Order: sequence, then C-alpha cells, then structure tokens
Amino acid sequence: MSARDAILASIRRSLGVTGAEAPRRKEVADRIAGRPQGVIPARGKGTPQQRIDLFVRMVELAAGSIVRVDAAAGVPEEVAAFLRKHNLPTAVRRGGDARLAALPWERAGTLEISSGAWDGKALSSVSHAFAAVAETGTLVLASGPDNPTSLNFLPDNHIVVVDAKDVVGDYETVWQRLREKIGDGIMPRALNLITGPSRSADIEQTLILGAHGPRRLHVILVGDPSAR
Amino acid sequence: MTHIATSPRFKDNARAALADPELQNALKFVEVNFIARRREVADRLPEFDALRDSARDIKNHTLAHLDLYLEAYEAKVTAAGGHVHYAETADDAKRIVLDLCRKFAARTVTKGKSMVGEEIGINDYLEANGIVPVETDLGEYIIQLRHELPSHIIAPAVHLTKAQIEADFRRAHRDLPADRNLTEPTTLLAEARAVLREKFLAADVGITGANFLVAETGTSIIVTNEGNGDLTQTLPKAHIVLASIEKLVPTLEDVSQMLRVLARSATGQEMSVYTTLSTGPRRAEDPDGPGEYHVVILDNGRSSMLGGDFGDMLRCIRCGACMNHCPVYHAVGGHAYGWVYPGPMGAVLTPSLIGVDQAGHLPNASTFCGRCEEICPVRIPLPRMMRSWREREFERHLSPATARAGLGLWAFFARRPRLYGLATSLAMRLLALAGRRKGRFQWLPFASGWTRHRDFPAPTGATFQARWHARKDAR
Repeated sequence: MSARDAILASIRRSLGVTGAEAPRRKEVADRIAGRPQGVIPARGKGTPQQRIDLFVRMVELAAGSIVRVDAAAGVPEEVAAFLRKHNLPTAVRRGGDARLAALPWERAGTLEISSGAWDGKALSSVSHAFAAVAETGTLVLASGPDNPTSLNFLPDNHIVVVDAKDVVGDYETVWQRLREKIGDGIMPRALNLITGPSRSADIEQTLILGAHGPRRLHVILVGDPSAR
Repeated sequence: MTHIATSPRFKDNARAALADPELQNALKFVEVNFIARRREVADRLPEFDALRDSARDIKNHTLAHLDLYLEAYEAKVTAAGGHVHYAETADDAKRIVLDLCRKFAARTVTKGKSMVGEEIGINDYLEANGIVPVETDLGEYIIQLRHELPSHIIAPAVHLTKAQIEADFRRAHRDLPADRNLTEPTTLLAEARAVLREKFLAADVGITGANFLVAETGTSIIVTNEGNGDLTQTLPKAHIVLASIEKLVPTLEDVSQMLRVLARSATGQEMSVYTTLSTGPRRAEDPDGPGEYHVVILDNGRSSMLGGDFGDMLRCIRCGACMNHCPVYHAVGGHAYGWVYPGPMGAVLTPSLIGVDQAGHLPNASTFCGRCEEICPVRIPLPRMMRSWREREFERHLSPATARAGLGLWAFFARRPRLYGLATSLAMRLLALAGRRKGRFQWLPFASGWTRHRDFPAPTGATFQARWHARKDAR
C-alpha cells in the first residue's frame, strides 16, 4: 500500500467512514463550489470613501507610508519625491505591467528605470497591486512578468501603486475579483498579501523594521474610489 | 525521532529553568508584551469572538472530511504542475526531502520556519547527509547557531537576551571585524540580514512550512513578518513545502476566517506582514519563482488522533497564544517541556506524538487556570485534554508512587464524608493554632515542595465545609 493510501485509510478508520459515502462527497463538493462566506468584519463595509480612509489608516498603522494622487500621471513625481525624501539613488526597477509602462516617467526628472525581475542590485522597486484590502491595510500582488515577485522582497524600498477602485473592503472581495479575472479554482503562482514593511521582534521582542524584506513600504493611491 | 526528548525529566528541567537568571530575565518580556498586544487588537475587532467560532467550525468540518479534502487538494496541486508526497512517519518525510534535495544536486538549502521541520528533525538529517541547511527566520537562525530547539512556536529565541545573541554572532561570524558594535538589536539584525542575504542567493532548494493548505485551489500559505519565507521559496530551483495533514482548509473564504484570528492571537497584529499563497511552480512566462514545487504531507500519528479524545488538538493553528498566556510557561519557558512543542498545546500534543510514558509530566504542569482555553482562536479545550492525559497516566500506573499513595489516602477520606470533615477541621484548627503568631509557615511536614518556594498561609476562620453547612442551615 502506498503512503498516500495508508494515510487515507487511517483517516477513514478513525472517522469510521469508507470515503465512498455519497452525502459526504456531496458536502465537500458543495463547499468547494459554493464557498460559503463566514464572518466578515463590518469595518470594511462602509462607503467607498470610508473604505479609502480606513485603508490609509491601516497602512500607516502597519508602519507603511501612503500618498494620494488624483490621476496616474502624478505617480512618477511621487516616486521621485519618495526617493528624494529618503536620500535614495534615483533609480527604480519595475516589471512589465502596462499601467506602469504607460506612466509619464519623464516627470520624475533624472530617474533611471530598469525593467525585469530583481537584478542583484536594485535598491528600490515599483509594483502595481492587483488589489488592496481596507480591513487591514493589505496590498495584494500577483506574480508574473508584470510584477515579478522578487521585486516585492529583495529591494530595500518597495513602492506600490494601487488604483482607488481596486481598494476593497475585505479579502473575500479580492478572491471574487481574482476568480472573475482568471477563473474558478485557479491561482497565480504566488499571491502576496503585504501589510507594511518587513520586520522582526525575535531579539528581546524589540520590533525592528527591515528584517529580510524591504525596510520601507510606500503606497501611491491613484484616483477616486467611486470610479468602479 | 531525531530530537531526544528530555520531557521525562521535566521536573529537573523546570527546576533548572527557575534558577537560570538569564532565562528569567528573557521570559519577563513574554508576559508583558504578548498578552497586552493581543488584548488590544482583539478589542478593536467587534467580530473577533464570532470569528473564533467560525474558525473552530471550519476546522471541525475539514477534519470530519479530511480524506476527501486531501484528495481534492492533491488533484489541484497536480493540475498546477506541483507534486504531492505523503509521509506516514518522520523518517519517511526526511527521506523524501533528502531524495528531492539530491535530485536538485543541492549543497545548501535555505529554510523558512517550520514546526513540522522541527518535529521531524530535518536539519540534523540533511546535515548528516552532507547538505547544509540554513534557517533564515532570525529567531530560528539564532537557535540553529546554538544547536537548540525553539523555546516558543512563533518566537523561537524568546528565551535569549541580546547579550547571549551577540556572543553567538561573534562566535559564528568570524570573518567580520572583531571590534564591530553588536550591542543593539538593530545591529544584530543588520548583521543577520547581510549574512543571510548571501545564503538566500546561493541556495539550491528552499524549504518552508505551511500555515494552511487550500483544497479549492491547491495552494499552500505561509504567514511571516520578516520576508525570509518568501526569499526562501522564490529564489532557489525548487520549493519544498513541509506540512501536516491537519493544515487543510476547504476554500479561500475559509482561509480568510483563519487569517483573521491567526495574527491577532499570535503577535497582536491586525495581519502579519507577509501572507503568501503559493500554487505550483514557476509558469512559462514567469521571470522568477522556483522551477519545481513539492509538498510533503506528514501524518506522524495525527490520523489516529482524529475522532478520539485528542482529536480537537488537530484544530490548532500554531499561534502560540496558549503559551503566551500560561503561568507555567512564564515561569519555566519552553525548553523545560523537553521537546518541540511547549506550553499548553505542547502539553497536549507531545504525549500524542511521542507517548504519554515519555511526556506524562507535561499535562501535569498546569495550574488549570483555564486561560489557554479562554484565548485559543479555535477554542481547543486544552485543560480538559490535559485532564484526560492525567487519567491515562494514572490508569497506566505511570504516575509516581507517592502521588498514587496520596491520592489513595485522599480517596479513603473522600468516600467517608463525616470522617473527611472531622479530619480536615481538626487539621485546620491545628494549623491555625500553630501559625497564629506569624500567619504563615516557612516549613511544613509533607509540604516542602510548596514551602521551598513560598510561604504556606495559616488558615483563619472556619473551614469551607463548616461555612457551607452553616449557610445551608441558615437558609
């Protein structure tokens, strides 16, 4: 008997089932297909404006920084302002995301932009979030050539652009939008839920930012939430 | 089993821990920080208790259908291009991991934090077979340098002071300047970050644990604050996930419920910094990510816990809240428990995994204050299960002769209520008389185990029995 069959048999022995019972099979199939929602905190369920306000508050509570711009065209200047504020080299790395590629980067002044997965040296990166969750100030980033996963973790400074219309109240809405976009039961290779910059409290429970991932997480929130 | 359990020597371990000034110094942070932080963040979420019920129900439902969810999960992993391996025992799991490492010609392996990895002793095994495992979570890295077990399931180095860690870094990082400043946690962290960054980039295989496995999508989830787990799994040629059967949850909706209670219970955060959902290996168009994705699912005795006296323990999501709130853990720390899992959850789980003959002392190390059950995010009745272990220990004649004799004596009186009342009131009057001057005793016959550490108060007033009778008669 294979290890797989032995484990399944042992589980079934303990539960007193054979695994062939139709009602049990139906219950499991129904749950996976029906995906019943549990308790969703009321805090994320306000108006679009309240949702944005909550998101901003929660990002800051998680030690991230956040600015708002009226339109995407304002992003490059905010990227430059962030780099300047922290005395960082005027260079960023990004993936192939069309929304990032279309930005008027010349407005950022002498900014050196490279593109692709982490190259072993970039200190700052710019990603575009798939969505954001107001409930906890969480950014949702999907892997792939548009926004390579390595750019979320290896640079010291991570700048994330998110559209106000993609700021949702809760995680459940993110899963729904993901299914609408790529289909049921399918996932990107990596989906990163990021809440604030990297940290550790492993030494005498002293909280320090910048453990292995970025020391700084900066969010640029674009536009008006009522657009969707 | 790789780690030799010192659980049979719990009493000696505890005595040594109480007499260890550095440990006592480090432990005081546990009680102060964790409890207040959890309280604050739980109070901020009105739905928190409803979420705990929801989390409990999801785990119960999944465990009752675990065979079917495992099948569904495996099908989805395979569809995404990943591989699922099953391991009945710790030895099986270690062999599977070693074979995979050899397949990728691995010389160094980075590791994210994994309690299953600790349970099976994967590091020692890989090392014995010529592969260098590097723990990358800061706390795990520190205890790996010291060849220790974690003393806490989410804060592995919580038993150490920064001075001890400084000494370890100076011993391990010999190529760095001897006169460098390492007195602050920030400088220690910066050094670990720099040392480990090289390891991340050089590793051939990355091994992580899993907080959850999602049947709907074939996804494994890790929850971290440092980002080390993500570097571990993103950069090498292959990602190996070490998980156990009870990590399954049905859907992404269900996992949302679990996530809402996990970080709040563990560290008092609204959400941990990195919650990463991984599904299969690097896709054709991906510029980064592991080329292969393997999940090793361990049983190691869990399937036979299902449906039994200790089945509820399989709901555990390893948040560590029970140890953070445990007066016994506060006093002796995690190493005294003598194996991988400390605190109340360890006191229940360890006897299940390594035997009550080995770990019978652990369920006795409880004041039954009930705080662990009160704060458990999945409402595991830990005190009830500790009592069940005590009964089994007694039934199997594993408890010491003096304890059995004492219980026998008590049972003799308990079966004779009049005699019991007479004897206790006599004894209490005697004690009250003898202690009337000071009001307490520094030494008492047969009670040196108590009086060695604290005074025994002299009884005042009537006994409980006498007052109870008086009240009943008055009504």
